[in-house]
Amino acid sequence: MNKLITISQSPHVEGDFTVKKIMYSVLIALVPALAVSIYYFGFDAVRVILIAVAASVFFEYIIQKFLIKGKTTVTDGSAIITGVLLAFNVPSNLPIWMIILGALIAIGVGKMTFGGLGKNPFNPALVGRVFLLISFPVDMTTWPSNRFALAINPDAVTGATPLAILKEGVKNGEKVTDLLSQIPPYLDMFFGNVGGSLGEISAFALIIGLLYMLMKKVISWHIPLTMLGTIFVFSEILHFANPERFADPVFHLLTGGVMLGAIFMATDMVTSPMSKKGMIIFGVGIGVLTIIIRNFGAYPEGVSFAILIMNMFVPLINKYCKPKLFGEKV
Amino acid sequence: MLKTFSKGGVHPAANKLSADKAIEILPLPKTVTIPISQHIGAPAKLLVKKGDKVKVGQKIAESGGFVSANIHSSVSGTVSKIDKIFDASGYKKPCVIINVEGDEWEENIDKSKDLKKDISLSAEEILKKVSEAGIVGLGGATFPSHVKLSIPKGKKAEVLILNGVECEPYLTADHRLMLEKTDEILVGIKILMKALNVDKAFIGIENNKPDAINRFNKFVENYDGIQVVPLKMKYPQGGEKQLIKAVAKREVPSGALPIDVGAVVHNVGTAFAVYEAIQKNKPLFERVVTVTGKSVKNPLNLLVRVGTPTINLIEAAGGIPENTGKIVSGGPMMGKALVNTDVPITKGSSGVLLFEEKESKRQDVQNCIRCGKCVSVCPMGLEPYLLMNMVESKMWEELEKNNVLDCIECGSCMFTCPSQRPLLDYIRLGKSTVTKIKRSRKK
Repeated sequence: MNKLITISQSPHVEGDFTVKKIMYSVLIALVPALAVSIYYFGFDAVRVILIAVAASVFFEYIIQKFLIKGKTTVTDGSAIITGVLLAFNVPSNLPIWMIILGALIAIGVGKMTFGGLGKNPFNPALVGRVFLLISFPVDMTTWPSNRFALAINPDAVTGATPLAILKEGVKNGEKVTDLLSQIPPYLDMFFGNVGGSLGEISAFALIIGLLYMLMKKVISWHIPLTMLGTIFVFSEILHFANPERFADPVFHLLTGGVMLGAIFMATDMVTSPMSKKGMIIFGVGIGVLTIIIRNFGAYPEGVSFAILIMNMFVPLINKYCKPKLFGEKV
Repeated sequence: MLKTFSKGGVHPAANKLSADKAIEILPLPKTVTIPISQHIGAPAKLLVKKGDKVKVGQKIAESGGFVSANIHSSVSGTVSKIDKIFDASGYKKPCVIINVEGDEWEENIDKSKDLKKDISLSAEEILKKVSEAGIVGLGGATFPSHVKLSIPKGKKAEVLILNGVECEPYLTADHRLMLEKTDEILVGIKILMKALNVDKAFIGIENNKPDAINRFNKFVENYDGIQVVPLKMKYPQGGEKQLIKAVAKREVPSGALPIDVGAVVHNVGTAFAVYEAIQKNKPLFERVVTVTGKSVKNPLNLLVRVGTPTINLIEAAGGIPENTGKIVSGGPMMGKALVNTDVPITKGSSGVLLFEEKESKRQDVQNCIRCGKCVSVCPMGLEPYLLMNMVESKMWEELEKNNVLDCIECGSCMFTCPSQRPLLDYIRLGKSTVTKIKRSRKK
């Protein structure tokens, strides 16, 4: 045999774990929540998701091709995830141009400005969402009732989310215990029969996604569990101290973007810490900030802000949370 | 619960294609090329010159220092040349090239196959003979064995650990040796125990070799103080520090040696070589090598004389498959890609692995997605992504502070990286640069 052979350094084999596989596993994990949103919001959900995904992929491709003039990596699936997550974080009746603008900010500002996948300090979808929330607060917090609620009461085109009801009520001096009678039962909230952003409504569907990602080892339990655990414990303490002012922990876990945030946003590899110790600090931090913003801040919902704030601390967490060196004295 | 090491680790596909192939003896080659540096440490000093007649087992190069090893001729014949030849490292190294004439062994070597159990030599005599026989660690690191048997003043060996893990995928040389030379290995272990003055020895074997575990469990009844420890499969369990952790639950501190926690580790192949050196007067000039690969016609295990060209082994396994893209000496995780097929087999060659073309090339490198997998699989508790970034930015002092020298180059980080980043390439560069800087600081 007379031919050239490859010379390279070890290792000579690679695991079957690739960026593409990670991204598509996350997409598969998003399917149950996607199905629930289509079930409850019908064609509107399809519209928002398709536009958000198409716009995200389009902007990533255009920016890579014409501004960065580098290799295009749209096929790795990360832009699709950003698109889906952005769609999951907006109401189903958001105008088309706002969705497109949100995608531009998410991809353009949140991701590509820093150099693309892996370099962004903040979760791109959340950058897009928060931009929209601050710019168009009315459109972003007008929640359409779902198809079934409309069938019962055709006049109730929009309705407040449980979090908004609670926030408004507490501001007016009403008791939490009374306000809770105005919101759907917890079981409905668990399965998604409640107003809210597209993807956040069903804790059940999101938890299926979590289990899938844990099984595929795409994420570890550290961030979601510490974040949810902290929210539970912290809100229980407040609730225990003053049940008339603060809602119970189950309410906090099932409402708003807690599940979506804990399972799909905070676990974003790029913007979360590297070590397990760091992940725990990160999760606890998000939990604490969420409850503080919800109970004492101006906004009814605090998950997005909490995650973005903790994203800022990731470099610092990485610096001080080193893995334990082999052979280091305990 | 089976024991294993606690931190990190990966599970590459085992691919032990040659596990049920008994060891065959490879016919003698026409010429052998014996490098005078087949071990870690100083190269040996030449004792022969062109035209000299040598016998099998004759010393042809003498240990060049304390951390060094003697080299013996593996064949009988005439020294035709002393030349620089490519070895597995990819560099040209001084080699003794011998034309093979017959197979005439040194008279004092006992060629019989009889098991000799009684150990008559004292600890000092064993040490001397191990050193004389040029025995080095046969697991692949080729650290001179007599150095490991010489316990520094103030230290005490408490436990001897035998490495029968063979955690590298594909390789089966140690596995076959354990099945076919069980008694010899056990006598070798008794010899090592006597040399170290320890009364406990553990043989660590991964649970993917149940036949070897059962066989040793049956045989150890006749040998005092030796115990088999089945281990849960995980790479790099054969790493010295990982094995000590798995078997004895002791962690060798950063920068320290196994003896600092009272442990001495030897490969089972080394134990066999020690048996042959002490009981049979046979220096180390041959070893078992696995020849394997997915497209290899007949993957097998061969007993090979040191200095045999790699091509002879490949021919014995059915020749080079048409689709071969890379030839590796050793296993897929830590082995070295060979520059040609004439590279000689040395004491450290545990396998010859032929990769198909499609397995040979690395995939395109993508951005780091900061998934942290490299951190979680690193068995030494390092942060490979960070070390790579630091090397790229030439932050040598930071690298030293982040313990780059602790890296055992197992390749787990690169194996697992979803973006196929060349983490270990950069870390190696970091290690060598930091070592240089440290050395110049001492001067």
